[in-house]
Amino acid sequence: MLPRDLKPEQFSSYPPEARKLALHYLGALQSLPLSFLPSLLREAIDYDYKFPAERRALEKELANWAGLSEDQKKQWVQGFTQISLSAQLERQDWVNNPSFFVEQLSAHLWATHQLDAFRKAAMEYADRLHAAVPPEPPPMPRLGITVIGQGAATHDEPLFRKLRPRGGYFAHVKFENGLQQLLDAVATRAKAHPIPYGHWYIDGGQSAQHDPSLTCVSYQALDPTRAAILRKIRTEKDTPGMGPEALRTTLARMTPAELGMDKDGDPVLQRFEVKLLTEGSGTQVFSTTFAQWAAREALRRAQPCTLLVRFAPRRKPTNDLLAANQEHADLDPAGSLIDGDFGAYYNWLNQQRLPGADQSSFLVWYEDHGEAVAIGPGMPQGTESASAPDLQQLLSWLS
Amino acid sequence: MTGRSQAVSPLELSRQLSHSRREFLRTAAGMALGGVLLRSSAFARAGVPPSKRKIIVITFGGGARDQETFAPEGQENIPHLMKELLPQSAFFTRVVNRGILGHYVATASLATGVYETINNFASLPPEHPTVFEYFRKQLKRPPSDAWVVAPSNGFNRIGESSNRSFGPGLGARVILPKHLLTAAVSQGRTDYEQLLRDNYETPFYAPELGGTEFELQQLEEILKVSVDDFKSHARTLSSPDELSVYIVRQLMRQVAPSLLWITMHDIDIAHAGAYSLYIDGIRRTDRLCAELWKLIQTEPEYAGKTTLFILPDFGRDSDEDAGGNGFQHHRTGDPLSRTTWLLALGEGVRKGVVYDRPMDSTDLVPTVGAMMGFSTSLAQGKPISELA
Repeated sequence: MLPRDLKPEQFSSYPPEARKLALHYLGALQSLPLSFLPSLLREAIDYDYKFPAERRALEKELANWAGLSEDQKKQWVQGFTQISLSAQLERQDWVNNPSFFVEQLSAHLWATHQLDAFRKAAMEYADRLHAAVPPEPPPMPRLGITVIGQGAATHDEPLFRKLRPRGGYFAHVKFENGLQQLLDAVATRAKAHPIPYGHWYIDGGQSAQHDPSLTCVSYQALDPTRAAILRKIRTEKDTPGMGPEALRTTLARMTPAELGMDKDGDPVLQRFEVKLLTEGSGTQVFSTTFAQWAAREALRRAQPCTLLVRFAPRRKPTNDLLAANQEHADLDPAGSLIDGDFGAYYNWLNQQRLPGADQSSFLVWYEDHGEAVAIGPGMPQGTESASAPDLQQLLSWLS
Repeated sequence: MTGRSQAVSPLELSRQLSHSRREFLRTAAGMALGGVLLRSSAFARAGVPPSKRKIIVITFGGGARDQETFAPEGQENIPHLMKELLPQSAFFTRVVNRGILGHYVATASLATGVYETINNFASLPPEHPTVFEYFRKQLKRPPSDAWVVAPSNGFNRIGESSNRSFGPGLGARVILPKHLLTAAVSQGRTDYEQLLRDNYETPFYAPELGGTEFELQQLEEILKVSVDDFKSHARTLSSPDELSVYIVRQLMRQVAPSLLWITMHDIDIAHAGAYSLYIDGIRRTDRLCAELWKLIQTEPEYAGKTTLFILPDFGRDSDEDAGGNGFQHHRTGDPLSRTTWLLALGEGVRKGVVYDRPMDSTDLVPTVGAMMGFSTSLAQGKPISELA
């Protein structure tokens, strides 16, 4: 089936808001090439469970496409129309299972050496969209904070090597009560600018006491969910005909209810958490990977104004990745410090990909130690300070 | 860095990467530029006759980026390559892999000289003849003269292709050390957990075997290692690649194949997203490459007549590409994940030279063929003129 053959009834299994959106833009969807449309539907089918920033971006993208002239549409997707697809791909149920189609499309692009052409087409489309529908600036300058090194007494190699050239390095920070100062700072921002999913606290271990105005995700709170996913993997992987791709598809379809999550919980946040564990690689096993990936996805999807990420020690690698009970797993604080250090760099990179990057600030701190790097419009780059501020003062110097 | 990165063509990015490697090696390692030297094929031909020559290929896998290896900030992770091997090597700075960036299919492509398109996660043989088949068929070599030591069950079909003119009976023998250890320790596997991890791209899966992998009883017959000794030694090792090198050592001493292919894979733990484990993998692979080079020089069957090739199968995603997650994967197909290097040393190789002309990773097989005296008619690549 091709996009031009789309009919309203084909969206009957979509969640209510997603169905409404698809039907509203049915004509626009019919005019997109098959090499592109399922990627858009993959976003649309989850519309009911998307964060406000994602919803607005999707709505604007569809409205923009619907408003283009026929000639403009041809220009916008010219690269995509030149991608050659197989009959097998065309036969797939890409309306109801767009993720599976996109996965198969990816394999097809690699095998037919069309990946570079697809990348070029995607980048050209994104550039046009960016120009036509500029991303929304944040309602307040963003602040990212990353706390690393919990439980690591010392380190062999210098910390923050990737981030020091971007801001000021402080070696004598007064760190007493440091985590609480940071949590208070993000709570103050959340109360001053109460934006849904605008202020986050992600913890790679057990979350500290925090203000309820923060959207909180923690590795430890998701222990039961992780255990349920690992049990599912253990069962499914021995099913005849099951392979890596099929397993991924099965996991991607899992819902919070199937995983025993609280029925009264926030459905948007729960879906986000399930995706972290079913679509992320390594998030089920290593808490440092979980924290980094959760931060990346929160930034990419929710585009928060404030994000505090705290890394915790991960377990040592073992062969039995499916062991759900990690109570007695050996921990690796020294390795986790290195993971967190590099994860902090990725947190900063991902924050700087968002609108308003030139006004954004970032702080990374070695927990319970005096080392930190502060990056922001008010902080000269590549400097080293002999001063001894506390973390609250340091934050105040950033903007 | 703010917002979007400047648009730079893939070709330009690849060239910049090559340039930075070349400039570094010229200034820091004191190597000469290959372009100013005489063509070295005469040099290559001057040594051991092809019939006596031995070739060992090590894939520095799976997937290491420049910034953690040959870029200035990465050199601390490869002290053995930098200080011991590089001064004795010809270094090719710009090897581009234009194929599918999955470890099995990419390694199969390296071994056939054709960009294979087989399913990376299926137990399938390459579709084009492997270097082992060309070698054995044309030079009439016995099965014992071509071996592959591979990390994962998914590599068990890499020794011979499905090509009708070659294929069954003409390929390399394949040892999967982890499979061997699993068979040897059918009970008490927890003692060997760190050695048995199979595959990092699909960590919850160990592919089913469907090939002619090395059987356990041959451990004693061919490698002259008792199962008990094997188990006992394995207990002292810390990674699958260390286990592979242990097997390689036995193979070189007991069988001394002329064509030996070793696929390293520890680095691919990067898929789990823990940077420290990725770096540990690179440092271990660096050390193991140096150990193998020392072994080549001390084993009478290999000393003075062996050419060693070390090359990654491909890189990993750039930090700058928003479509990926940096070092964790190799999914974007960006230029940095495709542009790697080749280090050649030993017999017939000019020492301390840097070549920065572009070449394909499929050029390896025709080069090996030219050095050993067989043709690789179905390979897409071209012999590297500086070596062959």
